[in-house]
Amino acid sequence: MLGIIRRKIVTGGVPVSKFGDSLQKQSWVLSRCLSTAAKEITVREALNTALDEEMSADPKVFLMGEEVGEYDGAYKISKGLLEKYGPDRVIDTPITEAGFTGIGVGAAYHGLRPVIEFMTFNFSMQAIDHIINSAAKSNYMSAGQMNVPIVFRGPNGAAAGVGAQHSQCFAAWYASCPGLKVLSPYSSEDARGLLKAAIRDPDPVVFLENELLYGQSFPVSAEVLDSSFCLPIGKAKIEREGKDVTITAYSKMVGYALQAADILAKDGISAEVINLRSIRPLDRAAINASVRKTNRLVTVEEGFPQHGVGAEICASIVEESFGYLDAPVERIAGADVPMPYAANLERLAVPQVEDIVRAAKRTCYRSVAKAANA
Amino acid sequence: MATHFTKTRILSRVKANKSLWSLPSTLLSNPSSPTKPQNVILGRLVPFFLARRYESVEACNVEDGDQVLDFPGGRVALSPEMRFIPESAQERISCYRVLDDRGQLIDGSTFKDISKELAIKMYSQMVTLQVMDTIFYEAQRQGRISFYLTSIGEEAINIASAAALTGDDVVFPQYREPGILLWRGFTLQEFANQCFGNKADYGKGRQMPIHYGSNKLNYFTVSSPIATQIPHAVGAAYSLKMDKRNACAVTFFGDGGTSEGDFHAAMNFAAVMDVPVIFICRNNGWAISTPTSEQFKSDGVVVRGQAYGIRSIRIDGNDALAVYSAVHAARDMAVSECRPILIEALTYRAGHHSTSDDSTKYRSADEIEHWRTSRDPTARFRKWIERNDWWCDVDESALRTNLRKELLHAIQVAEKVEKPLLKELFTDVYDELPSNLSEQERELRRLIENRPSDFPADVPL
Repeated sequence: MLGIIRRKIVTGGVPVSKFGDSLQKQSWVLSRCLSTAAKEITVREALNTALDEEMSADPKVFLMGEEVGEYDGAYKISKGLLEKYGPDRVIDTPITEAGFTGIGVGAAYHGLRPVIEFMTFNFSMQAIDHIINSAAKSNYMSAGQMNVPIVFRGPNGAAAGVGAQHSQCFAAWYASCPGLKVLSPYSSEDARGLLKAAIRDPDPVVFLENELLYGQSFPVSAEVLDSSFCLPIGKAKIEREGKDVTITAYSKMVGYALQAADILAKDGISAEVINLRSIRPLDRAAINASVRKTNRLVTVEEGFPQHGVGAEICASIVEESFGYLDAPVERIAGADVPMPYAANLERLAVPQVEDIVRAAKRTCYRSVAKAANA
Repeated sequence: MATHFTKTRILSRVKANKSLWSLPSTLLSNPSSPTKPQNVILGRLVPFFLARRYESVEACNVEDGDQVLDFPGGRVALSPEMRFIPESAQERISCYRVLDDRGQLIDGSTFKDISKELAIKMYSQMVTLQVMDTIFYEAQRQGRISFYLTSIGEEAINIASAAALTGDDVVFPQYREPGILLWRGFTLQEFANQCFGNKADYGKGRQMPIHYGSNKLNYFTVSSPIATQIPHAVGAAYSLKMDKRNACAVTFFGDGGTSEGDFHAAMNFAAVMDVPVIFICRNNGWAISTPTSEQFKSDGVVVRGQAYGIRSIRIDGNDALAVYSAVHAARDMAVSECRPILIEALTYRAGHHSTSDDSTKYRSADEIEHWRTSRDPTARFRKWIERNDWWCDVDESALRTNLRKELLHAIQVAEKVEKPLLKELFTDVYDELPSNLSEQERELRRLIENRPSDFPADVPL
């Protein structure tokens, strides 16, 4: 099974040609937005350089997880770090998620700044007690005597063709827990700026990456490449401005939302795409401001629909901006089933660009028949 | 998946490095090799496994009938004989003891000398712990606090281990080790403040009674889920190692805690990472109502140390001198050699598990009484210091009378101290108060101001 995943890494993490086609469109969108950008880097490079710079800046930062050292990380995120920082700071661990997570929490209690890599966030389930009961609550329970500056990071959400136990989004799970901060980058800029912010933050941060984005390149400005670059936690980014409908998304779904916005534009619908970046704290102000402008909302996520990130955003809009809504909110989420392996069924179980297009059109009371063929 | 992944990786590495498997004659059986006696049987089984998986690999060399396999992780002797390791050793691991039940030194025992002052301090603190437990337990029974849990019967482990450590050693307790805090200077008033959850409690009234913690005293706040403190201690030990500090981490847990995955993970990681940590298992016979015979089949906990590559000892946990000497030696090894040590202290939970438990429902009152009287660690240590003419009945009654007074006073004071302020509901969830919480606090204050009668009066604003 992992062989499949690894093969994809080699090909740059892009699973299907359809996605590849859409990438081209998307990078066109991005290069238009960031026309001053001089350089492109992959999300993998962004994460790697962020880790490298933070390890270099603070000797208390260390990386721990399965295969992070000799193997450079299952997804090569930690490439070259063992060589540079040695085995004391890039630690290959035995295969016990509960072990290295608990040990990371203990090291953070005592002043180090661990970055814990889960080979995928699915395996963090074996260590969730340490994330919730130990990391998230200790500062409160000890009344500030034990803070826990730790980062839990790794790929999250649906990969491709790896079935139910390797394809799940945990954003809503972790975001429901006070004491944790939950970040989910989309682009290389996000990956660099948010990971640096996470490592520098005094609180425990769950950092949800996406395997299929690792190999994707994004243009970055000189500012993003500067070692001092850092993004604020809790602030969303308006990836694309619009006036007719707001689309919220995070991680890979931001790319889908941008593609949907392109398609919608051809039909004269101007969509505003919000890249959430931070799931907890959630930038309610930015989302509400956008909805008050567009009066329509589509939420997009890969996770399950019930009690999901979209559900929380809906609640926030109903509470704060109900009077501004001109249409029912549309939630696009993963199907309410464990992820099937077979490619045809898998495609049906995760949101697709056309789902977003259709939903946006419904909120605008436009015919959806045409959109289905878009 | 992770497992599969790693196996694949080992296989590819092995294939890439065949030289591992073709053995030079210098590798042949080395009688002084430390791995040999322990792994004789493993060595016999491994080739079956290997022969199927790595048929193309030359697995051994033969010279003078002696065979050694150079396997990743070290050389293993080979044998044509098929022999399984028995499930247990013929004899149980012995238990280190210095003082007998009458408080007399056992002939030929080796132990760390202690001065009169230290001995008296240890004894006084053991009594303090016992009296504190008795009075706080009563306070719970009277409904003045919601919960309590005593350390009765385990005073020697608490106090003697604390005495053998230094204040720089960081302690990750379970919940039956308040004696460490007591030894380090936590006052009876501070204990009472925590149990009553008042404004002076260092935990700001956020945890149920007995979940003490003190940053200043290197005592990490008690964590309720069983055994989570064990990997935390290993992590802190790693931090000590990185900082090259002359200290170790020490963690306590019960016999029941050793069944948690966290115990196994922590032991394995500690061994692999070579960190200065002391694991102290208080094997007190009972995990709430589960006796050790239903907790594990092995010869207690001490035997697991070797399986993880950790130096281990079994000690009489009711013998303060044995506990003191063993922990002292363990600390020396842990710090100077940067290694983990496992101590299994045999003791008995002479009280109920907690105030939510009535242990006479599952064990005989006679059994409890026997341990409370004939095997009480405090009484045994008293006999020894009395034999040395360091202690007498007058000292004893003065100590107990003073302690009672002091404790009753501490409880009265703790009860009168204001409860935590309203703002403490919101602080410390994060390092800085996030905007949604400050908004909620403002809203709550506004509501209380407008409708004070609808809100409890015992929340100071």
